[in-house]
Amino acid sequence: MNEAIASQPQRNIVSRLWNDKETRSVIIQIIAFAAIFAFFFFMVRNAISNLESIGKDISLDFLSQPSSYDISQSLIEYSSRSTHFRAMIVGILNTLLVAVFGVILATLVGFLLGVLRLSKNWLTNKLAYVYIEYVRNVPVLLHILLLHGIIVHALPLPKNAINLGDTAFLTNRGFFIPSPSFEPLFWVVAGLFVAGIFFSIWFSRYAHKVQDATGRHYPVFWINLGAIIGIPVLAYFILGSPIIWEIPELKGFNYRGGMVVRPEFVALWIALSLYTAAFIGEIVRAGISAISWGQSEAAAALGLSRGRILNLVVIPQALRIIIPPLTSQYLNLTKNSSLAIAIGYMDIVATIGGVTLNQTGREMESMTIVLLLYLTFSLLISSFMNWYNKRIKLVER
Amino acid sequence: MTEKNYIPGEHPDLPPPSNMIGPVAWIRDNLLSSPANIIMTILSVWFLYIVIPPTLNWFFLDAAFTGEDRNACRAVADGACWAFIGERFKLFTYGFYPEEHRWRVNLSFILLIVALIPVLFDKAPFRSLGLKFSIAFPFIAGWLLVGGLGLEPVPTSQFGGFMLTLVIGITGIAFSLPIGILLALGRQSNLPIIKVFCVSFIEFIRGVPLITLLFVASTMLSYFLPPGTNFDLLLRVLIMVVLFSSGYMAEVIRGGLQAIPKGQIEAADSMGLKYWQSMRLIVLPQALKISIPGIVNTFIGLYKDTTLVIIIGLLDPLGIGRASLSDTKWTGLSTEVYIFVAIFFFVSCFGMSRYSLYLENKLETGHKR
Repeated sequence: MNEAIASQPQRNIVSRLWNDKETRSVIIQIIAFAAIFAFFFFMVRNAISNLESIGKDISLDFLSQPSSYDISQSLIEYSSRSTHFRAMIVGILNTLLVAVFGVILATLVGFLLGVLRLSKNWLTNKLAYVYIEYVRNVPVLLHILLLHGIIVHALPLPKNAINLGDTAFLTNRGFFIPSPSFEPLFWVVAGLFVAGIFFSIWFSRYAHKVQDATGRHYPVFWINLGAIIGIPVLAYFILGSPIIWEIPELKGFNYRGGMVVRPEFVALWIALSLYTAAFIGEIVRAGISAISWGQSEAAAALGLSRGRILNLVVIPQALRIIIPPLTSQYLNLTKNSSLAIAIGYMDIVATIGGVTLNQTGREMESMTIVLLLYLTFSLLISSFMNWYNKRIKLVER
Repeated sequence: MTEKNYIPGEHPDLPPPSNMIGPVAWIRDNLLSSPANIIMTILSVWFLYIVIPPTLNWFFLDAAFTGEDRNACRAVADGACWAFIGERFKLFTYGFYPEEHRWRVNLSFILLIVALIPVLFDKAPFRSLGLKFSIAFPFIAGWLLVGGLGLEPVPTSQFGGFMLTLVIGITGIAFSLPIGILLALGRQSNLPIIKVFCVSFIEFIRGVPLITLLFVASTMLSYFLPPGTNFDLLLRVLIMVVLFSSGYMAEVIRGGLQAIPKGQIEAADSMGLKYWQSMRLIVLPQALKISIPGIVNTFIGLYKDTTLVIIIGLLDPLGIGRASLSDTKWTGLSTEVYIFVAIFFFVSCFGMSRYSLYLENKLETGHKR
């Protein structure tokens, strides 16, 4: 009996180690680390030997070589003699362009849809519901292709363009709109506008302070509107309209002058925005209906008007619920903009991950750059939104 | 005197006034209750008037259902040319799967329904046996479709159409849930190395678009494999889709895990349950129940994302449609193709989201006020 007990520790040393919580966690982690390390080692070794056997190395030299392909829409100067690096920058800017415009439109339409979904009018409510369900349950790629198809097939050739008041022309080669050229005096207007924004931020804080201290109430909204919009508009006309609009004209088979918005951009922008808007609509509806009736009733009992109830009580609380899922919708929109490649809009994936990759055969380097770029966007957007979320968070005792 | 006399207090209830019940009252309350409401109603009716008649015309009244080619369609009617879809229907369903083996696809589809019943309805007969079959189903279907072991092999490059969508969608759904659960548990783990690995994996996956991962699968992955291995493209895509959706799944399940009070785990510990026992018996059943809406949403997202495979050259219905459009007989009918595919996706995804609502109501265990 005694012998049996005495011999147990030696016999079960493995199981004793295993049954000790601390030791076990160390063992599991060592095994996991070894497995992950072995996996990556295996992959990297394969990659090195594979690259060696076909005589490739890893270098980013290809970025400084001429790209020799054209990009139809570019925010910066670009030609086929520019480098692959410049093509990549064009791609990044195009992605950002569609993401920024998409986020703005999606937010506007999304909030409108959310409000319509809360409307007491049965018909409006159901229309918004049908729209949201249709859009949410069909792949976004399909929306993009459908819209692109409609724009390209249904809009006329440049010579029969749809004419909007002799200034803008809708054709299947793009939307031709007037392009502004700024005279030096315009920058005065722009400066006033920026100053107006800063003034209104300061003034809102000041008015808040005065109201807290004395109870006096300024018409903050109207004063700010005057500072941001009114004064710059006034200055614009006093200085003699310092923007010259260049209006597109039909020359030969196409329009010259002005700006052209490509059908690819329009299709991608509208489709992405309307798709994301459906999700945002549901988020807004859920956020607002999560605020209990008691809140509005209490505010009404204090004698607040309907508009002030919404502004001061319901919306600030609803925003706390709305913001986190809204962030992930913005991220989704940015990531979905990579579908641009399906209709030939030159974004990051289509430039560096598409044509550049195929021309230079640098799969590893190109794809790594693309992945890193998207990771950076995602981290930037989500950290900004986390900061904002923290700012408006409920401060509890 | 015709009026009847009642004992005070015994007067029978009168019916409500006629303008407070029935359709009239409903219309007044829901459509015309205030000036703003009336304007909304008028705008909505105007919108319906603008949209519905042309849509109906295009879909049915002006549509051509038979015809040899596009010109034959146009000769009959100006609307949709559904003859095109009719002619290509088999292609849309099976892709280029060999004609003589299509019974295997059909059989897999029937087995899919059999496998789904015990998963979807907990009152189904022989449920525990059925669930075992459901777990085995992806492997059985894989064997049926790909072949080998007695069946003639069919190369996966011939997969296509709705069948391909189902293959990718169901593989993704079946494998991403367990992997997602493991990742979520790993993220909550107190072993730092495991936690760091899971967090970085999840954040990486969620930070990049699926399309770039598919590009990685189609261009770059072969470099990382031992020389001479030839990996099937569909298999590479499946792996990427599973990894992608398991990242999202992990975050959804993490939400559920975080909602479980710490007391539950401590109670399980004090009962002497080991880690996996307490997870399996106490934590996960509650956490998964809370996260059902999110899980189904991830499934729907994954199912819709299967369309992206056309960009790396697999032929799902959208790919088949686009390829068919290059046929000169049917050129220019893209709208018909896209709408047809959209209807397919709408029906399946809408069905999934309705089922998730039903499940939520069923699992609601009496905290409703």
